Amino acid sequence: MKAKQQALFLESLVEIIRKTSTEMPADVVRAIEKGRAVEAESTSAKYAMNIICDNIGIAKVKSQPLCQDTGTILFFIHYPAKTDYELMTKLIKKAVAAATKKGYLRQNSVDSLTGENNGTNVGPGSPVIHAEPWKKDFFDIRLMLKGGGCENVGAQYSLPDGRVGAGRDLLGVKKVILDAVQQAQGKGCGPGVLGVTIGGDRGTGYFVSKEQFLRKMDDKNPNPVLAKLEDEIVQEANRLGIGPMGFGGKTTLMGTKIAALNRLPASFFVSVSYMCWAFRRQGAKVSVQGAIQKWLY
Amino acid sequence: MKTLTAPFTEEQVRQLKVGDMVEITGLIYTGRDAVHKWLSEGNEPPKNEVDLNNSIIYHCGPVVMKKKNAWTVTAAGPTTSIREEPYQAGIIEKYKLKGVIGKGGMGEKTRIACQKFGCVYLHAIGGAAQVLAEKIVRVEGVYGYEKFGSPEAIWKLQVVKLPVVVTIDAHGNSLHAEIEKQSSAELQTLFAGMKK
Repeated sequence: MKAKQQALFLESLVEIIRKTSTEMPADVVRAIEKGRAVEAESTSAKYAMNIICDNIGIAKVKSQPLCQDTGTILFFIHYPAKTDYELMTKLIKKAVAAATKKGYLRQNSVDSLTGENNGTNVGPGSPVIHAEPWKKDFFDIRLMLKGGGCENVGAQYSLPDGRVGAGRDLLGVKKVILDAVQQAQGKGCGPGVLGVTIGGDRGTGYFVSKEQFLRKMDDKNPNPVLAKLEDEIVQEANRLGIGPMGFGGKTTLMGTKIAALNRLPASFFVSVSYMCWAFRRQGAKVSVQGAIQKWLY
Repeated sequence: MKTLTAPFTEEQVRQLKVGDMVEITGLIYTGRDAVHKWLSEGNEPPKNEVDLNNSIIYHCGPVVMKKKNAWTVTAAGPTTSIREEPYQAGIIEKYKLKGVIGKGGMGEKTRIACQKFGCVYLHAIGGAAQVLAEKIVRVEGVYGYEKFGSPEAIWKLQVVKLPVVVTIDAHGNSLHAEIEKQSSAELQTLFAGMKK
């Protein structure tokens, strides 16, 4: 990459961060509007949903973070195979620091041993970059900003689970997923969306559960068993009555996205990631010259 | 919709009930994990800068920018309150706090302290950083910026009509305990219906 290309690539990355932090993707807005419509008038649930909708509007107009917790910075990237990988990651970190300086990201990354915050959001584990080469001649750069409140209510179950009464079958899987929703109550800033992995090892399970949030809210799982499970989880979770912010109400979950991985005979993990209503993810097709060609959501 | 101007009197606080939608005007202080730990270790901020007596603490780590030598809050939603549960009751007692603003609710110790000392837990809308930032009309100061870092510092804020919902009142009621109980019962009903 020549200097001019690097500058353009950097600029595009900062723009992807800005847009992710300040603008809610259209598919998520539709889901939130649907949630607002079903809550009864003069309830605190409706009050919460109205404020959420106002917030989405103001953040976009002012180009300021939707939520002050700009979250774990998770990049999911496909890059042309001949790309200089080290340079690419260096530019990503530079973009994160620049976006932090501009206020699109909060100074949000703390040294776990000393408690020190260097104010740049760059350090061990931040940003998180999942990148794979591919044969195409452009970049696919997707970004997710996942707040701490919802990250904290994620849960991983090892079946069988005695407390929940969940066995090593699909019924058990369903039970632990619903249990995770009940345990989360309003702490994850609901109404939320679940990303779930059935199977895999512990680390991959959580990773793939987060990857589910790259799917559009209104897509349909190509696997009919999972598609059915996704629908059932949403319907049943909404019977729990936890509602927006845990105030009580009809919309507890706006969606569930599930993946299944093979597992060891000895292991049966169900990994549940919870995404808050402030579901910030965006992506762009970026040319090898470094220019944004198309938004992906 | 009720409106309240800070500082609240104990009488005003005792009139509030779980489920009340309230708009707050007046002075509030932010304080989150580092500050709660620090206060509970017996430390005290200088009173001329931060007077916590009878005040309201907001569990919030705002995004604050310095423009032309003046602080501007650009995002200011609540953070999860339950992390302050080990410390909150002691701080309510020591400073006779009249209100704690946050999100996600708090536990038994805080519920009891609210009842005993005349305090309420006010639930702001999590994630609504822009709506809430617009209600902050002035930053009056900051304490511990270097020591705690910007999100963790104590910001002294003047707010106008900050929207919240009372979810723990001063009469021993907690909406969080109620919803937890109801949803737990409903989950068991769902499980019972799933048996093959």
